[in-house]
Amino acid sequence: MRIFMGVVMQDVKTVVRKFLLDNFVMDGKVTIADGTSFMEDHILDSTGFLELIAFIEETFEVKVDDEEMVPENLDSLLKIENYVGRKRDEDKALIPDAMDYTP
Amino acid sequence: MSRSKLHPGILAVDCEAEARRIAQRMVEIVGRKLRRRGVVIAMSGGIDSSVCAALAIRTFGASKVYALMLPERESSSKSLARAKRVAEQFGISYRVEDVAPTLEALGCYRWRDQAIRAVFPEYGPDWKSKIAIAGGQDGTFNYFKLVVQSPTGELHEARLPLREYLQVVAATNFKQRVRKTIEYFHADRLNYAVIGTPNRLEYDQGFFVKNGDGSADLKPIAHLYKTQVYALARYLGIPEEICNAAPTTDTYSLQQGQDEFYFALTYDKMDVALWAFNHGVPAEDTASYLGITPAQASFVYKDVVAKRQAAHYLHAKPVLVEPVAEIQT
Repeated sequence: MRIFMGVVMQDVKTVVRKFLLDNFVMDGKVTIADGTSFMEDHILDSTGFLELIAFIEETFEVKVDDEEMVPENLDSLLKIENYVGRKRDEDKALIPDAMDYTP
Repeated sequence: MSRSKLHPGILAVDCEAEARRIAQRMVEIVGRKLRRRGVVIAMSGGIDSSVCAALAIRTFGASKVYALMLPERESSSKSLARAKRVAEQFGISYRVEDVAPTLEALGCYRWRDQAIRAVFPEYGPDWKSKIAIAGGQDGTFNYFKLVVQSPTGELHEARLPLREYLQVVAATNFKQRVRKTIEYFHADRLNYAVIGTPNRLEYDQGFFVKNGDGSADLKPIAHLYKTQVYALARYLGIPEEICNAAPTTDTYSLQQGQDEFYFALTYDKMDVALWAFNHGVPAEDTASYLGITPAQASFVYKDVVAKRQAAHYLHAKPVLVEPVAEIQT
């Protein structure tokens, strides 16, 4: 487990996989491999991707920008893990190491 | 295998032969298969329902076609005038029924406006709104933007969060579903069948409301590209003002084109792209023919697949756990 902005983070792939299995696959015998394409395997349709994006934003406290809503970022567990990792790095970069404040 | 090539004739249609073929099938479907004695058609004033009405009249005669015009608070008065003009030109009986009070009672406007206010808290009764599709052509997933206009004319736009998007769509879907309920009331009382009016683009890509305008007993032009529907319209003598009008949804208070609402390209280009995709034309050839970039053409192809996939649910009949062998549809 890791801590990100005060939130205890589980492994991204595990969290997203559970979300997809619980809400879209709903069959305990099925699993989703790290590289499985949600589109090609018909796990998600376009509304399903919007559900996924809302889940990612809420769970990982990232803002998915309009231009980032592309298959390259979101169409497999691995891609989501990489994407969320990049977004966290960007957010961290926005937090200064030290800051002076004069009223 | 030879590759299909794009050329100006790909969507050419022999209108006389096509109208005759559709008429023959409509007789078989309504008379022999459905055992109904005429047809009900809701006319929006747009090209598709006008063509369907004209085809129905050629097939069954005006006395066996009953038209409905079902405007609501946000319908354009021009649409109603156009629908009346076609009905009167072809001599069919029609009834105009304002569905706004029914929609009001169901909470259509209230639910929709509540979702809009979650995004724009200042949105009020004098404001106008629409939703517009984004993505598709630029490689992003399809999502929707909400556009509102203040009473002073200022436009504001924001991406619709998922819950609010679903609520706006669910609320506005009341419009198509209430209309279909009324169509079936008249079909039942007259022992008629209900005509659905989607063209191929709409039918293939899921541009309809399940159990709303997607519901019907027969869909006579669902195999025709929109370009072909326009050709048929001119052949059938549909008034020029309808043949020349840009297709709109007539569902939101702000003016909204069908391409803006749902399709990645304008209908004429979308027709070509869909035909090209269906016939295995490489994206680069389609790009060059349509004057778009190869990347855009490739995204449009992917968008066709994504929308077709999303349309599976819309097309699906109720699914049984196991077939009932004695019942055949």
